[in-house]
Amino acid sequence: MAFVLEVLLGGLLSGVLYALVALGFVLIYKASGVLNFAQGSMVLLAGLAFVKAQAALAAIAPFWLAALGAFVFAAAIMVAVAWATQRFVLTPLLNQSQLSLFMATIGLAFVIDSLGQLVFGSEVYALDIGLPRDPVFLLDGVFDGGLLINGLDLWGAAIAAVLVVALVLFFHRTGTGLALRAAADDHAAAQSVGIPIAWIWFVVWTIAGLVALVAALLWGSKLGIQFSIAFLALKALPVLILGGFTSIPGAIVGGLLIGAGEKLAEVFLGPMLGGGIEYWFAYVVALSFLLVRPQGLFGERIIERV
Amino acid sequence: MLYHEAGQYKTTYAQDMALLPIAQERWSLAGLLVVAFVGVPSMAFLGIPPFDSDYVFSAILLPFLILSLAALGLNVLVGYCGQISLGSGAFMAVGAYAAYNTAVRLPELPILVALLSGGVAAAAVGVAFGLPSLRIKGLYLAVATLAAQFFFDWLFLRVKWFTNYAPSGSVTAPPIDVLGFRLDASVERYLLVLTIVVLFAFGVKNLVRGAIGRQWMAIRDMDLAAEIIGIRPVYAKLTAFAVSSFIIGIAGALWAFAHLGSWEPLTFSIDRSFHLLFMVIIGGLGSILGAFLGTAFILLVPIVLSRLPAALGTPLSTSTISHLETAVFGVLIIVFLIAEPLGLARLWSLAKEKLRLWPFPH
Amino acid sequence: MTGMQAMDAMTQQTPTIQHHRAGTAEPAAGSAAARSAATRSAATGPADQVLLAVDRISLRFGGVNALTDVSFDIRRGEIRAIIGPNGAGKTSMLNCINGFYHPTDGTITFKGERRAHMRPYVAARGGIARTFQNVALFRGMTTLDNIMTGRALRMRCGLWRQLVRVGPALREEIEHRQVVEEIIDFLQIQHIRKVPVGRLPYGLQKRVELGRALAMEPDLLLLDEPMAGMNVEEKEDMCRFVVEANRHFRTTVALIEHDIGVVMDLSDRVVVLEYGRKIADGTPAEVKGDPAVIKAYLGVAH
Repeated sequence: MAFVLEVLLGGLLSGVLYALVALGFVLIYKASGVLNFAQGSMVLLAGLAFVKAQAALAAIAPFWLAALGAFVFAAAIMVAVAWATQRFVLTPLLNQSQLSLFMATIGLAFVIDSLGQLVFGSEVYALDIGLPRDPVFLLDGVFDGGLLINGLDLWGAAIAAVLVVALVLFFHRTGTGLALRAAADDHAAAQSVGIPIAWIWFVVWTIAGLVALVAALLWGSKLGIQFSIAFLALKALPVLILGGFTSIPGAIVGGLLIGAGEKLAEVFLGPMLGGGIEYWFAYVVALSFLLVRPQGLFGERIIERV
Repeated sequence: MLYHEAGQYKTTYAQDMALLPIAQERWSLAGLLVVAFVGVPSMAFLGIPPFDSDYVFSAILLPFLILSLAALGLNVLVGYCGQISLGSGAFMAVGAYAAYNTAVRLPELPILVALLSGGVAAAAVGVAFGLPSLRIKGLYLAVATLAAQFFFDWLFLRVKWFTNYAPSGSVTAPPIDVLGFRLDASVERYLLVLTIVVLFAFGVKNLVRGAIGRQWMAIRDMDLAAEIIGIRPVYAKLTAFAVSSFIIGIAGALWAFAHLGSWEPLTFSIDRSFHLLFMVIIGGLGSILGAFLGTAFILLVPIVLSRLPAALGTPLSTSTISHLETAVFGVLIIVFLIAEPLGLARLWSLAKEKLRLWPFPH
Repeated sequence: MTGMQAMDAMTQQTPTIQHHRAGTAEPAAGSAAARSAATRSAATGPADQVLLAVDRISLRFGGVNALTDVSFDIRRGEIRAIIGPNGAGKTSMLNCINGFYHPTDGTITFKGERRAHMRPYVAARGGIARTFQNVALFRGMTTLDNIMTGRALRMRCGLWRQLVRVGPALREEIEHRQVVEEIIDFLQIQHIRKVPVGRLPYGLQKRVELGRALAMEPDLLLLDEPMAGMNVEEKEDMCRFVVEANRHFRTTVALIEHDIGVVMDLSDRVVVLEYGRKIADGTPAEVKGDPAVIKAYLGVAH
């Protein structure tokens, strides 16, 4: 029993990372109707930029200052990416079909991946932002020996929770947030009441870039920064399907469900199927779910008009 | 004046609906086919460069033809029916492994039947993964096809039956026999592949200009309106999935049997899927010619990139070149989507329009 | 493929006309109906036979009542107008008739058969064609191909024959091309035959859309504001096409239109909706004099 719970908790905590990546997708989809295939690449780029800047600064500054400086540097890179994307990809493709925009973000992913690695190198880098790595024992009283949890994961979950609360407040309590939601509903109408669509896109992509940076820090602390992050982020796509493309709570619940389901499946079903089913399990779950409830757990059903 | 149409009257609907209504185009195509079927092999036979080397066939012409075939198949789905697929690599893999297993387990069957079984298996898988397209659209479907990619990557890597329990996971295709002739030389395999590709190109052309093609395009352009005039989305979408993945499956089997000979499970990875999608976008969505142009273009980029720096006197490392190649692909996709969403094929037809009017601008 | 053919066979077997629901039929309307009867003597059966009956239809989206308790009928061979202020539920009504929306309550009887939940393509198979308020053409295809898609239901050659093309598939293609060319002649759009419809001006697009609907040779043609956004000449042309389609092809027409002049001239009977409810039903003259209509609609418009 304790073992099952341990697997479940481990899965839930790794689900936090999926949820963070999915959150980046949702933000951009909500505001611009674009499924940003490059979200994973943005995580990779943010991680690479951070690691490189931290290493450079560590020689001349104390640890916390180097980390802070690296964060600012990586954030600046993400702002630049957001601006360039808005300027050179989104604006020229205004009013094109969702599919064209999606394919353009595949192109964007290729560009970000390759330029990131050309500039920052393509080895595997360790990332340390000073989060404790000690194992933590939970529920000592209930189970014999308690449940073994990585302290890093708990910190990750806490940081992610703070980020989500901040984002929700931003969307619902600020004027920019309101404008973002208006633009999401109808580009043309939002423009006609004076909401500058290019600015909105820039803001949203910046926020998504910062979310990607946080995801990179948490993910990198755990597994290091390497090229496969860009692909691991594809794991967030089933999360979107489960949670709905437009729902922030959906991204979080979906992420947790996929994280937990995947680990449980790997531990209990994997051995029967030859192992490695983590690779596709989330997709198959999402696909079966699509057939039952296409709009996702929290997505709105849209009435089609002609 | 090259394209002067004057004097070519069409007096029946059959003439008006002909494949190439203009005489100049008919002659050009015939010429091209003669060169491909007769000219190239005889030059190889006579040892005229560059066709005297095996390299031209095994590294340029065979990959070009086979990937064009796959791009043609993908274009049926994406370009004509408007359903996006990121899983074409997986469908190629299904074709390759189905053909391999048929050939290995039923050695008495002719190899052509084994290749065909690759297409049939891929079509079945394509229909299965196309089923969600009845409930979901656009982006959701993209995720569904990604699922196919990940699932089959895993299946051929982990389930040893498919690789006939080969210890390394790498398998070798049996030699190709056609009616008792063994096709050993690259030229011979080139002729087989060329024949298949030309047959499929004409077949697909027939489909897309017939009733089923119009149904596909109707679904692509406005699925709700299509349904309201009586087109059954189930039938239109699933036939597109079946035809498309059948062709991609055949291409996969040919890639394995006629091009690689032996291959590993990750030969047909998601990168292959992306490359095929790029070929279709750059070549031209919804164009047969586009599939060929796009493939040629995508194959040329790495060749140019790997030779250009050395030629300019600044040799780069292989990893730099491969990153550059990726970046160039990415930029090209974005540029084409913005500037010419209908791709090279559209540029070609614009050029033709100009030629028809030439030398007078109006 | 076989499923598709089986489905066709089923629709062909359905009895085309049945006497029914005499009680709910509208009282015979004066001169317009008489005129209809005279011009449509060749139609199968008496002219006042009900082709489609809508009985106590309600349609709700969440808390919004788009339609409440609406009943009316459409007789074989007539031109029936549906009018009402914006948001009255006219388009929702058409959407219910051709299976795009499923009414929350009430029944629709078409050709004497009470319909269950039905997908739009099944409605099309039964003989209902439709044009849209905002043109819904296939933008990437030529005028010719767009109208040819209207023949989709009538083309029988399967995938394999189309793959070969030479032979039956080509013969079928030419046969239907001839029908389509007649429609192109009728609508006077020969010159744009091979132009992708995305490049056409709005007025011509509307004409092509009518052509696509006519190519289906429908029993019932639903037109959603066929003249919206047109200038006077284009409107006159479109009116002519609608009347001609009604007379020559013996197509029953139900149309939504805002131009009262057009409605009064064209239609045999008019049903008036307001806020999703029926407020009047009758000949143009009767409706014009109805105080409820004047209050709700004409009073505002004029």
